[in-house]
Amino acid sequence: MTWVGHYNYWGAIFLMMSGFYVVISRGNLIKKLIGLNIFSTSVFLLYISMGKIKGATAPILTEAARLSPTPQLYSNPLPHVLILTAIVVGVATTAVGLALTVRINERYGTIEEDEIRAKDDSL
Amino acid sequence: METTIDIVLLTFLCITAMAIIHIRKLFCAIMLLGIFSLLSACLFVTMDAVDVAFTEAAVGTGISTILLLGAMGQTNAHEKRPPYQPILALLVVLVTGSILIYGTMDLPAFGTPDAAIHLHVAPRYIQQSPIEVGPPNMVTSVLASYRGYDTLGETAVIFTAGIALVALLSAPYKKNELAVKNEQGSLSTIQPATLHDHLILRIIGKMFIPFILLFALYVQFHGDYGPGGGFQAGVIFASGIILYSLIFGLDTAMRVISPTALRLLGAAGLILYIGVGILCILNGGNFLDYNTLASRPVDGQHLGIFLIELGVGTTVFAIMVTMFYAFSFRGRHST
Repeated sequence: MTWVGHYNYWGAIFLMMSGFYVVISRGNLIKKLIGLNIFSTSVFLLYISMGKIKGATAPILTEAARLSPTPQLYSNPLPHVLILTAIVVGVATTAVGLALTVRINERYGTIEEDEIRAKDDSL
Repeated sequence: METTIDIVLLTFLCITAMAIIHIRKLFCAIMLLGIFSLLSACLFVTMDAVDVAFTEAAVGTGISTILLLGAMGQTNAHEKRPPYQPILALLVVLVTGSILIYGTMDLPAFGTPDAAIHLHVAPRYIQQSPIEVGPPNMVTSVLASYRGYDTLGETAVIFTAGIALVALLSAPYKKNELAVKNEQGSLSTIQPATLHDHLILRIIGKMFIPFILLFALYVQFHGDYGPGGGFQAGVIFASGIILYSLIFGLDTAMRVISPTALRLLGAAGLILYIGVGILCILNGGNFLDYNTLASRPVDGQHLGIFLIELGVGTTVFAIMVTMFYAFSFRGRHST
């Protein structure tokens, strides 16, 4: 029964697939971006889950931990660094996507994918 | 106990995601996404990633929601029902999901201390960073010192995204012949009510904004010792300014800090970061090798980390507010 310990990964995969489903099944461009956001958050969850150690604490050295005779266990700080920057970069790229959506709306008067395609074909 | 909290939060996240898929009103979906971010921030705290939780809470529930709402206000608040049933999409998702779950079978169980990820560079970071670099917060040491190149790259990406957004949204507005008004009447035709008329919001906002800005500065300068740093501080400072602009109007906010000043600040932060790197070369070290900045290596590290965190904070703050300005300015002129 070793696979029972994977629940966190499964949760992340479920969320990943929910985001993926929104991206490929919905025509609304803003909804697609929301789906992409869910997808990216699930990837963050997967990374942070991998860095976690049971019984460990946040990777910040405290005076108490330095003085205590037993070594303190810390979770892996590396995934935290990668994901921290990825979150801010994620919002910046989402904003570019939203700007594109706004410009598409100004051109076509709609942000529904099939209507945009119909207008392109009618030209 | 920790496992129970973890599973409960994960379940809530899954329910929220299902609700986002189901709901057709974009406003509700965006609000649910804010809740989704807050829940995931809680989950990050239970998994010891306090810095990440901090960032997610500030970005996901603050800036990202505001930007999505800004874009929604200029387009359409309701998602149309597609004319077909997306069965193929469901099938693709199910197959991909099962393959991924099959892939996790080989992974070490959640939380095992001897997984491969914990045996490579992590012991070095955990044991040596307080001696080699100095800050008690190992995330700050890794972010600013060991992986300084990465962070420089990320800052540059944020700056580039800001430029791209300004380039996209500052183009002259011309309504195309093709654009037909939506039959339901999009939100953009309704003049947004200014929050200035709401007495409680105005008074409470006025009281809160100085503390938000002060807190951002605390997060910026205390990032070495606790959770925080340039990324979080920049986002929190930006949300203070955005709150100000929501309550007192865009024009007042632009008089407080003008778009030109913000663009200069955004560039200045990145230049400060690169400048520190070049200074290290001039002092005889490698690019971003802070040891050369002072006579004692640890002092040099401290100075270097302080400066580049300042650069990151400035750039992130300036770009986030620039993005908000660009969206709201466009929204006003397109109506």
